[in-house]
Amino acid sequence: MPFGNTHNQMKMKFTSEQEYPDLSKHNNHMAKILTPAMYERLRSKQTPSGFTLDDVIQTGVDNPGHPFIMTVGCVAGDEETYEVFKELLDPVIEDRHGGYKPTDKHKTDLNPDNLKGGDDLDPNYVLSSRVRTGRSIRGFSLPPHCSRGERRAVEKLSIEALASLTGDLKGKYYALKNMTDAEQQQLIDDHFLFDKPVSPLLLASGMARDWPDARGIWHNDNKTFLVWVNEEDHLRVISMQKGGNMKEVFHRFCTGLTKIESLFKDRGHAFMWNEHLGYVLTCPSNLGTGLRGGVHVKLPNMSKHPKFEEILKRLRLQKRGTGGVDTAAVGGVFDISNADRLGFSEVELVQMVVDGVKLLVEMEKKLEKGQSIDDMMPAQK
Amino acid sequence: MTETCQYLNFKTEEEFPDLSKHNNHMAKVLTKEIYGKLRDKQTPSGFTLDDVIQTGVDNPGHPFIMTVGCVAGDEESYEVFKELFDPIISDRHGGYKPTDKHKTDLNFENLKGGDDLDPNYVLSSRVRTGRSVKGYTLPPHTSRGERRAIEKLSVEALTSLDGEFKGKYYPLKSMTDAEQEQLISDHFLFDKPVSPLLTCAGMARDWPDARGIWHNDNKTFLVWVNEEDHLRVISMQKGGNMREVFRRFCVGLQKIEEIFKKHNHGFMWNEHIGYVLTCPSNLGTGLRGGVHVKLPKLSTHAKFEEILTRLRLQKRGTGGVDTASVGGVFDISNADRLGSSEVQQVQLVVDGVKLMVEMEKKLEKGEAIDSMIPAQK
Repeated sequence: MPFGNTHNQMKMKFTSEQEYPDLSKHNNHMAKILTPAMYERLRSKQTPSGFTLDDVIQTGVDNPGHPFIMTVGCVAGDEETYEVFKELLDPVIEDRHGGYKPTDKHKTDLNPDNLKGGDDLDPNYVLSSRVRTGRSIRGFSLPPHCSRGERRAVEKLSIEALASLTGDLKGKYYALKNMTDAEQQQLIDDHFLFDKPVSPLLLASGMARDWPDARGIWHNDNKTFLVWVNEEDHLRVISMQKGGNMKEVFHRFCTGLTKIESLFKDRGHAFMWNEHLGYVLTCPSNLGTGLRGGVHVKLPNMSKHPKFEEILKRLRLQKRGTGGVDTAAVGGVFDISNADRLGFSEVELVQMVVDGVKLLVEMEKKLEKGQSIDDMMPAQK
Repeated sequence: MTETCQYLNFKTEEEFPDLSKHNNHMAKVLTKEIYGKLRDKQTPSGFTLDDVIQTGVDNPGHPFIMTVGCVAGDEESYEVFKELFDPIISDRHGGYKPTDKHKTDLNFENLKGGDDLDPNYVLSSRVRTGRSVKGYTLPPHTSRGERRAIEKLSVEALTSLDGEFKGKYYPLKSMTDAEQEQLISDHFLFDKPVSPLLTCAGMARDWPDARGIWHNDNKTFLVWVNEEDHLRVISMQKGGNMREVFRRFCVGLQKIEEIFKKHNHGFMWNEHIGYVLTCPSNLGTGLRGGVHVKLPKLSTHAKFEEILTRLRLQKRGTGGVDTASVGGVFDISNADRLGSSEVQQVQLVVDGVKLMVEMEKKLEKGEAIDSMIPAQK
């Protein structure tokens, strides 16, 4: 992807109209917000690291829409993107995050003791529980834009920090590029291995460049806490286990994340965070907490109920297939997680998952017995 | 360079790609030293070394073909990054030296024979080439504004053709379902590239904006606009009359070139590398002339590869590059692009395919072909 800025200047020889993308068949957040006038105002700008408007929107131009999800259609190339291209990203953020205003403040709460319940989701239905988030390391540009040198520096820093974890967080790093076949097979069996992105949403933004250089997976010996390095974000931090004890998953998540953050700070590198957007990540959809907490849950009856979508909406939850984003459900098993990221704290979001899934499972049980669930419909949260 | 090139803050070793598992032309040639020398350069349009090599870094190798692993972003790439491109060109094009001159010959009358390939074996004949329009950057680098300007110019030029070349332009983005079906049945439609060799080089950006297909009413001459090159020009028809295909190819191409020249946008060409195209493998003539031919016996013969090498031909599956053959039908075409002329390359195809069909017939009768093995051309 050309990110020398001679190129951006050269494009100025063409009028804004000549360069403006054809978004007539598009349906993503970027396409809803961008106008020719806005394009004209922003096209000559660039961030200090050279990320331009066309870089921001390329993925949204290349991917008009998606059958399952309303995609964002734009990415950040560095922390400053959200400032330099505010005029585009603020309305995108507002549209995506339920009316979040440019003046709003985001609350961070990683205290697991504030979560009520969550340790008793029925394991006959809730097959597994998982919480993930992303973190970006200040001082480096983001995956759509980083050079190999930057990416390797992020990896090096991450390995050092993770290697100093102890106790039940003690673990090992597996670099993608020199994984043995045996290691690879084990990571696949554990459902830990991430592969080169195939989604055009990700590929079009340039985040798969130089694969698998400086990408890797770290996990603890217990296989309940893992970190992806240099996939869609600098770091993806994941706590997971079989069954329905979301409380324990969240506890480990918070403890581990807080430890890692202090290890990075010790080495002179904070995570990108500000009081407006919370944690700064590559995709605007992940701003705020960057948190997706969810379960794989059997809802074969519930998912066929005409009010399923409505119920999810009211509970502020979303469904995905068990392959993650971009996939369809298999065998009535759904990935149910929080829909929000920004404007709610981590504790609040996981609480919604815990309470919402508990209700959905009760509904499933009723439907199994042929009973109605009409009186169980929740109010809009 | 401006302060925006922050990757220059890292040392050469920190930025140099890991090519240890790679097997493409770029990986064979690029060293830390060359990388160090070229990493702070850019062409006038801003194409950098990392842009040139990205596709080769992202695609370590290919099961069927030795890939090039680098692309040009504009005409000047081949000059600014000479130190990388010259050895790759030499390696890829049979030892072609930086001082060599390339000959262009689009006079179809210089072709001998070619009108009598046996249609029981030769199912179709086709000649294609690419052309780049001077004054614009190339598909890995073009902006939407440029790409649209190229399309506009191309449509003007093509719609002014008449006689056997009278035809119509179908932009990809406003094609009707019926038109699309028809173009697929005619085997004319090109789709968004799926090959990572192409997508990693950035040439599929903004798809399908300013891409389209033009073809004549007779459906024997077509032009792809803004796919892997600005223009891909194709002459094709069923059966084995390569002579006719080549005639139409030369005549049509020259008509088109005249019109572009009138608009002060001639084709990129120089006496060293001939026609300048996106992929270094297509420099020179940019010509791939070939046939779909039934060779079920010959293709399983122990000496098949050797024969092809000696005839200076290459095989592909009938889906084009990156595919395998189906049912014993192969796409056989010239292997060379640079250092020999259009006429010479098509002559190799005509003579070589004629020989291979004769070999196939011998093998059908259970006879040996040892006495027919050709010398190295």
